[in-house]
Amino acid sequence: MAMHTINLTVNGSRESLVVPSNMTLMRMLRETLALTGTKNGCSAGECGACTVLFNGEPVNSCMVLAVECDEAEIVTVEGLAHDQQLDPLQDAIIQAGGVQCGFCTPGILISARALLNRNPNPSEEEIKEALVGNLCRCTGYVRIIKSIQEAARMAAAAS
Amino acid sequence: MPHKSTKEKLSPVGESMPRIDAREKVTGAAQYADDIQFGNRLLHARIVRSPHPHARIIHVDASKALALPGVKAVVTGKDFPGYIGLYLKDRHIFCRDRVRYVGDPVAGVAAVTDEIAERAARLIEVEYELLEPVLDPEYGASHGAPLLHPDLEQYTVASFIMPKPRTNISNHFKIRKGDVTSAWKECKAVIERRYHIPHIQHVPIEPHVAIARVEQTGEITLWDSSQSPFAQRDLIAETLGISQSEMRVIAPLVGGGFGSKAGVSMESLAVAIATKVKGYAVKLLLTREEEFYTAFVRQGLVAYFKLGCDADGHLLAMENTFYWDGGAYTEYGVNITRAAGYSCTGPYEVPNIHTDSYCVYTNHPVGGPMRGFGMPELHAGLEQCIDELAEQIGMDAVEFRRRNCLKGGSSLPTGGKMHPTGLTECLEKTAEAIGWGHKSPPSAPNKRRGKGLALMWKAPAMPGNAGSSAWIELAEDGKLTLGVGCQDIGQGAFTVAAQMAAAAFGIPYESVRLATPVDTRYSPYEWQTVASRITWSTGNAIIQAAHDARDQVLDLISQAWGENREDLDIVNGTVISYKSEREMPVKDFAVKGLPKPDGKGWIGGPIIGRGNFMPTDVTGLDPETGQGDHAVVHFTTGAQAFDLEVDLDTGRVEILKAVASFDVGKAINPDLTRAQMEGGLIQGISSALFERLQLKDGRVANPSFVDYRIATAADLPRSMQSIIVEVPQDDGPWGARGIGEHSMVPTIPAIANAIYDAIGIRFDGPPFTAEKIYLAMLEAGIVHGPA
Repeated sequence: MAMHTINLTVNGSRESLVVPSNMTLMRMLRETLALTGTKNGCSAGECGACTVLFNGEPVNSCMVLAVECDEAEIVTVEGLAHDQQLDPLQDAIIQAGGVQCGFCTPGILISARALLNRNPNPSEEEIKEALVGNLCRCTGYVRIIKSIQEAARMAAAAS
Repeated sequence: MPHKSTKEKLSPVGESMPRIDAREKVTGAAQYADDIQFGNRLLHARIVRSPHPHARIIHVDASKALALPGVKAVVTGKDFPGYIGLYLKDRHIFCRDRVRYVGDPVAGVAAVTDEIAERAARLIEVEYELLEPVLDPEYGASHGAPLLHPDLEQYTVASFIMPKPRTNISNHFKIRKGDVTSAWKECKAVIERRYHIPHIQHVPIEPHVAIARVEQTGEITLWDSSQSPFAQRDLIAETLGISQSEMRVIAPLVGGGFGSKAGVSMESLAVAIATKVKGYAVKLLLTREEEFYTAFVRQGLVAYFKLGCDADGHLLAMENTFYWDGGAYTEYGVNITRAAGYSCTGPYEVPNIHTDSYCVYTNHPVGGPMRGFGMPELHAGLEQCIDELAEQIGMDAVEFRRRNCLKGGSSLPTGGKMHPTGLTECLEKTAEAIGWGHKSPPSAPNKRRGKGLALMWKAPAMPGNAGSSAWIELAEDGKLTLGVGCQDIGQGAFTVAAQMAAAAFGIPYESVRLATPVDTRYSPYEWQTVASRITWSTGNAIIQAAHDARDQVLDLISQAWGENREDLDIVNGTVISYKSEREMPVKDFAVKGLPKPDGKGWIGGPIIGRGNFMPTDVTGLDPETGQGDHAVVHFTTGAQAFDLEVDLDTGRVEILKAVASFDVGKAINPDLTRAQMEGGLIQGISSALFERLQLKDGRVANPSFVDYRIATAADLPRSMQSIIVEVPQDDGPWGARGIGEHSMVPTIPAIANAIYDAIGIRFDGPPFTAEKIYLAMLEAGIVHGPA
């Protein structure tokens, strides 16, 4: 297997990695960098548990090759909080009770962060649309949607 | 009594405390089994699976796979002769002489990379002789069907499971009560219906994963995503012929269970492979495709109902026959058949009952426990029959249920009396919240609107002696560590456990830590995290452990202060005397004790409390009549109702409002209780509208998220309401009983009843897809298709 050197930023930290051609971004994060917050639910781009930000856009990291990430900026769930300060989305999902087993939570938080970055005041329909690629089997989504509305409201109030 | 303590006695029980595991879950720090790093001594496993539903294994040739560089081991069934299973030991770890479903494990490979393991698995050649499959449970139960388990009578079986030798029936549960034959003559109305409930899958977002390592000494460690670490220790050790204490199971957080990770399934494969490569950790992670048909599935059901009532709407008789499509192995499924048998009437008092519940072997995927354990399948048809019977005698469906539903003291189908229950209150509140009796207009001319309601009941289905235990230890800082063997599978068990420990000991919720992950070497025993039994059963053990620790504290302080025990209390982590008004934080003596009052020496020492709980009053049932004193520990009851619209142009169902109400005895954490009601309701909607494993000639044709649709954020009801009813359980902690599974039990029939109210059509089973509804409307002349 051919190996490639890539340089990228992961959660604000510069990384220089040697990766095989067939390694996905998901496996690179989970196995090479031990950032296991990004979850493997299907390895087929269908469940959204492995969603990360790739240059600001949400992607299924199981569908992206690591070699495509040269000079990219990646943000995973581990990169949402800063200095022990949770992202308002993280606070809101705890408060709203939108976490159960927690396996879909990292991907959902990343999809929600991408949504709020491009649309700080989304409607309920826009939130649902942003989440259709993230499957959750426990919560029934209701509290997750509420938490995103609440995080948007808090951000608007703070600005 | 006045005291100077600033401490108001606050109990976290009944409060919606935030989840104890929320922060780690939202930051990515939470560790699941696949997240554990094993370094370079990790091998990857892949399984060679049967492509045939039923065949004899003639020959397995692994020589090409073994020649592949990087392959460390290949194992087959000939290496492992033992049988395994929870209630009926009917399966080998790997198939030995025959395969019984598409996906049955024939061989396993361990290799240095996942890619090599996958390639090696493809190089293993298996020669089969095809056998006639059984693909229908009614056919399977008939004389002349090919026998799938000719050795059935030799299998080890639990005392309350009744296999029929030389048939495919692995359990036959009967109820014979009263005299149905005479009762039919008294009936004003009788209806007979047949329903078919298809197989579905649990679909936890975290696939099954197990990592096993066997030491040179033979000691085994298994890390896995598990609802049942202790049952796995017990069953795998027994099958491999080692003693239970040589088997250690470490079970971190579970990314969704719903029953699929209970008992033992793929975990034994990882362990078996690891025995051939001692010193290596061997990881088996199911692909999503394998998850859909090689993990447990929810059994299919063909159900026949006959029920009748008098002119006043009193149910007089029921005759039910259930054919459970148990699949290739029914080691766990046999007890679903039993649970459906003793719950066969639904939550109604019926004087005359004749029920046969058959667990039938078929060449389908392995049926196992899934949220509701037979109850969603049973209620799906029954609660529609109740509506139909009410309609036949011209009675409102809620009024019909009001008359017949169980009250405290009602007779149960197995004999004995119902305990106090809030079922009537659930019915009334649900009917009121959905606006029962008020017909609302549809939102557009191309829509029809309807309302439907259903009731439910469910008992924990488990052996009568399923035990729980807990311990409590105080640290130097006065904080409390709680050891439990139950699992948090998302339902919030750890949070509720911490709340109960805090309340029972007298310490703030925030001062409780859990000794997790569950590790069978250090954690106290727990039968399994199943049956919605944890709050109730483990809760009772926690209370006992907390009281034990509390007694030690109060004994110590009463001695040290020279005061009566009765005057002392522990409030918010501080011991106080109501008499002398002295107080002392627990941390001042929790580990190191206190000087004796005379100053000569010490008293006390590290404090550790212990507690256990096991139900003691569950009795067996007569195998011929299903009658007995106390079949189960208790029943949780409840109701759901829907207000929905059917789109005449597409057949699509849109749910406008959903209401749920359950009698949980006591909501230890009301927010988590409502979260269970909501999550289960959506899973129920998903099973009602979308989900079905498409089985064709024994193969699952839709094993992916693209082809097997589950509810997404776009499928929510426009509004939802969850109502908590609290009629206390006499032996429950603070009166609590379970709620995890119940929330998806009445969903299918409540939706079916609403669809009927909207368009006047009933179906013989879910899912009620847009296509199915549209075609039925076309056939009924409700719509006429494109002009």
